[in-house]
Amino acid sequence: MSTSSTHDEVAADDESVAVTSAVGPSTTVARTPRGLSSSRRGGSRRPRTGHGRRTPWPVALLWLAPALALIVGVVLFPAYALVRASFGHYSITGLRLGSAGWSNYSAVLAHPDLVTVLRNTLVWVVAVVVLTIVVSLAVAQFLSKQFAGRRLVRWALIVPWAASLIITSRLFTLIYDYYYGTLNYVLLTLHLVDKPVDFLRDDHWVMPSMVLVGVFVSIPFTAYVFLAGLNAIPHDVYEAARIDGAGPWQVYRRITLPLLRPAMLVASVLNIIYVFNSFPIIYTLNESNPGYGHDTTITFMYKLAFKSAEKSVGMSAAAGVFNVLLILVVVVIYLRTVKWQEDPA
Amino acid sequence: MTTLTADAPGPRTRRPGSGRGARRFVLPLVGLALALVFLGPYIVMLLDALRPSADVVHTPTTFFPRTWQLSTFADVLSDPRFLNWLKTSVIVATASTAIVVVAAIPAAYMTARYVFPGRTAFLFLVLVTQMFSPTALVVGIYREFFALNLVNTYAALIITNAAFNLAFATWILHGFFSSIPSEVEEAAHLDGCGRWRTLTRVMLPLTLPGLVTAVIFTFIAAWNEYVVALTLIQDDARKPLTVGINSYVTGYEQHWDQLFGASIIAIVPVVILFALIEKHLVGGLTAGSIK
Repeated sequence: MSTSSTHDEVAADDESVAVTSAVGPSTTVARTPRGLSSSRRGGSRRPRTGHGRRTPWPVALLWLAPALALIVGVVLFPAYALVRASFGHYSITGLRLGSAGWSNYSAVLAHPDLVTVLRNTLVWVVAVVVLTIVVSLAVAQFLSKQFAGRRLVRWALIVPWAASLIITSRLFTLIYDYYYGTLNYVLLTLHLVDKPVDFLRDDHWVMPSMVLVGVFVSIPFTAYVFLAGLNAIPHDVYEAARIDGAGPWQVYRRITLPLLRPAMLVASVLNIIYVFNSFPIIYTLNESNPGYGHDTTITFMYKLAFKSAEKSVGMSAAAGVFNVLLILVVVVIYLRTVKWQEDPA
Repeated sequence: MTTLTADAPGPRTRRPGSGRGARRFVLPLVGLALALVFLGPYIVMLLDALRPSADVVHTPTTFFPRTWQLSTFADVLSDPRFLNWLKTSVIVATASTAIVVVAAIPAAYMTARYVFPGRTAFLFLVLVTQMFSPTALVVGIYREFFALNLVNTYAALIITNAAFNLAFATWILHGFFSSIPSEVEEAAHLDGCGRWRTLTRVMLPLTLPGLVTAVIFTFIAAWNEYVVALTLIQDDARKPLTVGINSYVTGYEQHWDQLFGASIIAIVPVVILFALIEKHLVGGLTAGSIK
């Protein structure tokens, strides 16, 4: 892969201590000297150019300035604004009325629907990520084979990936519809159900219906990650296993899966982040249900600020801070993942 | 590409080639089924765009339209509301892509070719922004633009989209810049090129595939963005497509045909662009992690 050398340049740099202070003491971005040995992936083709020339920091700063301005202005500043808002008291129109101390946080923690929302979030993230990974493994395995029309299948896989999530979600509100939905039509025609299922209003079906859409839109990216992982496995490993008399299942379990582990970790962590942050699917498919019965922490936070009767910016911000902290935990796991990969396998 | 685990049983259990005939037949069929699973919902969308809205919500449901309505796309394209949303999407996606290019190229070049204090910290910062989503920060983003009086403006959408797509562009360009042998750069220096001319005349042309990928990916991400636009834009005329088209089906009016016609107009160019950069996408999205 073209960008495969990016990380160990970061790692090989002598200042990764700066990284440590930003997240926590235990999460160094892999400082192992092994990071430098790129020999195992064709390092001869790619001389280590990044380390030759030094430049004074004011010059570098000038080149980084536009990027830094964007990051500081639109990522870090909103993060600060979020924290500030979480300690504020606001009018319904959004004017700051004064400090609220920790009351927004205690209001979120005391919210009667918080437990439901947290449980929904856990179910949503775990179900979507696990199902996505399992199905994507099979899809990638299949797409790594040579057959007529493989290109067309790969193009078909691109459509749910490229289409805006909100469009796909809107589409599924109709597909799931009790009266006019295609899904009920298909199920009834095939005699799989006797009467239509109210996928988006029946409390038992809302979450599974949303999970299905979540898996549907997450498979393409994940399958592509696994496909890249499969392609990186050298062919002679399989040859050797076959000569040793390993059966197909044995080859898969003992060779393919272990060698796919880096891809697996990356796919899991990125999917956890994407799925946790996912907004349009839940917001749209759950639109017809009042309250927070099927919300995750992300849509809960959004509704608190912009939709609910109380329209509490401060409470929503406090919920947002909780969300960001949760994601930070995931980032820490992610960095450990990277470290794990830098170690010799 | 080689068939990795194909020809499943070992060579001793089956004569070479004996499974080929079945495989030549079965694999494309499974492929077709898989393609239908992923295209199916969008086929439903197309068929619903090609019938009157009353036929979409008519029981009993039929898979194919009872009456075909081929005018949907012309109707949508002549709807002034739709044209406003389209205009917003084009302006926002184009401008944020331009900003990303201007910000990412020098940053990626500097970090890929030079060593300086704070380099690692910067790259880490970029990695972290890739972890954060505008969704998680949306209340903060709203507070910021509310304070700056930029709610309901293109500018707010443009810089937000630029900032959150910067990471992908920087990583993928960083990878491409790093892969260029240093001799190329040294030769340019010997010929008297300064740093800027070396970048624009020598290095940039060599990273063209990376640049194209970054440009297309940013454009698509900005084109598809929903949460920030939903929050920051209340003025109907300034909504982008993703937010605007939802007003085709609300509690008050139900134009399913137009909703889906507009959706298809929004999707098709994106799918084509996406297919063009398919190969580089995984590399960019998992930069710094997958080996």
